[in-house]
Amino acid sequence: MEKTAHDTLAAKYGMWFFLFTEILFFGGMFLLYSVFRSKFPVEFHAAAKEEDLFFGSLNTAILLTSSLTMAMSISAVRKGNNRLSALLQAVTIVFGISFLAIKYFEWGEKIARGLYPNSPVLVKMDQGTNLFFGLYYVMTGLHGLHVFVGIVVISFMIYFTGTGTVTSQNFSRLENTGLYWHFVDIVWIYLFPLFYLVT
Amino acid sequence: MKRETEGEVHIVEYRTYAYVWVALLILLGLTIAVAEMEMSKYSVIANLLISSVKAILVLTFFMHLKYEGAFLRRLLITVLCVLTFVIMLTFSDVWYR
Repeated sequence: MEKTAHDTLAAKYGMWFFLFTEILFFGGMFLLYSVFRSKFPVEFHAAAKEEDLFFGSLNTAILLTSSLTMAMSISAVRKGNNRLSALLQAVTIVFGISFLAIKYFEWGEKIARGLYPNSPVLVKMDQGTNLFFGLYYVMTGLHGLHVFVGIVVISFMIYFTGTGTVTSQNFSRLENTGLYWHFVDIVWIYLFPLFYLVT
Repeated sequence: MKRETEGEVHIVEYRTYAYVWVALLILLGLTIAVAEMEMSKYSVIANLLISSVKAILVLTFFMHLKYEGAFLRRLLITVLCVLTFVIMLTFSDVWYR
């Protein structure tokens, strides 16, 4: 029992250490964004108008709700209700896929208008606008990749929850998956105002 | 939180999570409203502050920091201080170049 408790703690700390490296990873990109924004405030302001506020807000709401179902799935498993937990995890995945689907249409719409790095349309425009869209694709792209990884990991967790590997006494895998998912949510919480809100 | 409570089982109620979720959605509405008002230079600060409140809510409840020992919280604060320091250092170069 003593050993199990310590392993759980070590697993949790391990996950947090990984998330700290992720904070610095995304932090570097946020730093790049803020430096260029301070250099090209007018261009960034104008370029943010190209973003679709409705889809951006909808995606934020979707991701926040997916965090709710993820958090609830851990409570469910700890209460011994694996069935409900697996269902909540599946709902989380559905939200995650919806997020990526909306992202796909947003990117597609922008690419159709010629707003992609090094496109003939953007090359003719100023440096600030080019930097804005470059950062937009890199940052939302890497965030989207994190969402995709999260979906894959949660899929495994549904399997573990179903087979009884994850139980009310042994749930650290699911808990750590939750930590990762919430972290990805927090990254989006900051990406949303920086790219979608014309401030 | 004392040392003996670390790793202790604490099950968060569904209701608590639901309240946090409602608060997050209200803050999302608020951040959009602030942006629509176009207060120019203050709205960036306002939106980043609202985002930080949202992030703190997620960290505290969804990521269980409220129920963890002080160790993890101190580590997180250290990491955020490192990031802040790097940002300040960069801007001290960018602004006074």
